Amino acid sequence: MEHILEVTDVSKTFSLRGMFGQSKGGVSAVNGVSFTLKSKGTLGIVGESGCGKSTLARLIMRLIEPDQGQVRYKNEDLLKLGGSDLKKMRKRIQMVFQNPYSSLNPKLTILDNVAFPLWANGTGRAAASTQAYRYLDAVGLPKSYAAKYPHHLSGGQRQRVAIARALVLEPDIVIADEAVSALDKSVQAQVLNLFQDLKKEFDLSLIFISHDLHVVEYMSDDVMVMYLGGVVEKGPKEEVFANPRNPYTQALLKSVPSVDLAVRKAPETELLKGDLPSPLNPPSGCRFRTRCMFAEARCAQNVPALVEVGEGHHTACLLVHEGMAAVQNL
Amino acid sequence: MSNLLEIDSLVTSFSTKKGMVDAVRGVTLRVKKGKTTVILGESGSGKSVMLRSILRLTQRGSNVAGSVRLEGEDLLGKSPKEMVAIRGNRVAMIFQDALSALDPLYRVGDQLKETIRAHHKVGRREAKDRVIELFRKVGIPSPEERVHAYPHEMSGGMRQRAVIAMALGCRPDLLLADEPTTALDVTIQAQILRLFKELQAEFGMSIVLVTHDIGVAAEMADEVAVMYAGKIVEYGSAEEVLTRPMHPYTAGLIAATPQSKQTGRLSTIPGQPPLITEMPPGCAFAQRCPYAESRCTESVPDYVSAGRSQQAACFQLAGRERYAQ
Ligand SMILES: Nc1ncnc2c1ncn2[C@@H]1O[C@H](COP(=O)(O)OP(=O)(O)OP(=O)(O)O)[C@@H](O)[C@H]1O
Ligand SMILES: Nc1ncnc2c1ncn2[C@@H]1O[C@H](COP(=O)(O)OP(=O)(O)OP(=O)(O)O)[C@@H](O)[C@H]1O
Ligand code: SF4
Ligand code: SF4
Ligand SMILES: [Mg+2]
Ligand SMILES: [Mg+2]
Repeated sequence: MEHILEVTDVSKTFSLRGMFGQSKGGVSAVNGVSFTLKSKGTLGIVGESGCGKSTLARLIMRLIEPDQGQVRYKNEDLLKLGGSDLKKMRKRIQMVFQNPYSSLNPKLTILDNVAFPLWANGTGRAAASTQAYRYLDAVGLPKSYAAKYPHHLSGGQRQRVAIARALVLEPDIVIADEAVSALDKSVQAQVLNLFQDLKKEFDLSLIFISHDLHVVEYMSDDVMVMYLGGVVEKGPKEEVFANPRNPYTQALLKSVPSVDLAVRKAPETELLKGDLPSPLNPPSGCRFRTRCMFAEARCAQNVPALVEVGEGHHTACLLVHEGMAAVQNL
Repeated sequence: MSNLLEIDSLVTSFSTKKGMVDAVRGVTLRVKKGKTTVILGESGSGKSVMLRSILRLTQRGSNVAGSVRLEGEDLLGKSPKEMVAIRGNRVAMIFQDALSALDPLYRVGDQLKETIRAHHKVGRREAKDRVIELFRKVGIPSPEERVHAYPHEMSGGMRQRAVIAMALGCRPDLLLADEPTTALDVTIQAQILRLFKELQAEFGMSIVLVTHDIGVAAEMADEVAVMYAGKIVEYGSAEEVLTRPMHPYTAGLIAATPQSKQTGRLSTIPGQPPLITEMPPGCAFAQRCPYAESRCTESVPDYVSAGRSQQAACFQLAGRERYAQ
């Protein structure tokens, strides 16, 4: 399958400044992340709060500038573009944000909220409205909602408006950052189905960020697991969910409460140690080592690379890699 | 098995511009000693209001009617002073906006010490030792140092654990926990749910746990009550309710939640719940229910029993099979 987006070794450290502008060190929010998004595919990104998911999305959108790396969209490096080229490219990648309450303009009608990106790109009012109606219809909002204001709508309806607004510029790629997290389960299912339908209808490629592992599993073709700014595991969803190799992925998957009553967890199983370390001062070597149940002395010295452990399935763990070497040596 | 808490015909109303409206519309519930009852339901269904009503912590201008008995003692008839002695002592609550329970101006450890000393005759030293012990129990690393931390010096997960420590400080008989883990990562959630189970095993505490996460319900519940539009529409053992839901709303909710290895389209519940100011006559679920018929919009369905403990309020259930997914 062809790749529509290729992200290579992207990093971002936010520098923190004190009250008087002096540097207080840096937050390593995204650290050497690489991945590819298949054309018309869905890549799910999971990981705990603060692991850098939103920062990564904003780097791809160039809402913030990375310190290093490449983001290739159809063979063009997005990070090198400027001016009108950048503006053109930006239309191709759109984002849906987590909070359906704050991401819409409360002073504009629903129709104008959706038409707004078109105006901003120079489309005339009438043509913009026609387009906006089309996408409101595509997300399943009746015409009668067009003249209403955001506060008249429920959370699920607002999220539909936000999706219509992201689609109206006819992007190739949509990045959904926790787009269903604030919704009730019954409404969430409606919006997830909507994403699946729109993906087919408009040939979209999707980056789906969520901390809900079941949602990511349901939506994605490929999955990437992040921890403290870095990628610890990625691969086809079936592989990563059925056969996680990285100790962090394993702990994460085991932490999800199962709806199956038969697999209630034994209360004594401890999956992780301690707390998430500060990204201000990430651990040396493997960033996960302070919480890893298998950590050894060398985990503090060596940074594990992402190594292929199965077809398209990569994991970053010294022990897993060594275990493979042992198997190969047999 | 004896009940620790018995709630009967609880109605909680708020005065609004449109007059008094009922947010909780007649809830009857039993909470067994040493067991966990999970309240499941969508946003706005009245879960928080019901929980607050138990401790009479609803806002001014609200009215709580019906009866709430803790080991036979009527809580709604108690004086405000008597309620203060019960709150945080025999019954503790973790509020949905728990992080606001900590005062940003005071050290977290001091806030906990004061709570403990307000209910128990213990000296400063002993209170401090108990706080450190509690911090350790809830998994706050280096508790001896963290007791001196201010709230802003802790991560969100750690503050949530401190709030839980505060609620557990007096070893309550009953813990009311309103979405205690919703804001937390799954790994921390797993830790906290495990802690609840440990404490329950240790002191025989009863728990009422509010969540909208069916996974959390399956993990924790002995009994499950499903709320919709201010009422309990289904109640029963976790096994019965979660694996063989009777009420169309419960069945819809479970089917709409993506599960491991799920493929194909998710089943959805169309529409949204009615506003409490515009409650329809009849069954509140009728506008969204695939099985609704004319009587559903005319009169209110009674509870129908099935199975050992399972009950649901739906006309279709009498003489019919359950709504399997
Ligand atoms: N503008 C900024 N300045 C300084 N630090 C930042 C900034 N933006 C993000 N960070 C930090 O970078 C890290 C990654 O944040 P990010 O928002 O990308 O995480 P996330 O994975 O999206 O988390 P969540 O699941 O909570 O949304 C965090 O430690 C965060 O505090
Ligand atoms: N002080 C109040 N005055 C008027 N109405 C209120 C008040 N507090 C709550 N309500 C209403 O009561 C209903 C139930 O609210 P409640 O907070 O109990 O819902 P919930 O089930 O806890 O939802 P969530 O899952 O979003 O926390 C809602 O419609 C809410 O708007
Ligand atoms: S490299 Fe070491 S610390 Fe990192 S995940 Fe593997 S075993 Fe754990
Ligand atoms: S009473 Fe009628 S509307 Fe209500 S849940 Fe049963 S079938 Fe549906
Ligand atoms: Mg984020
Ligand atoms: Mg609530």
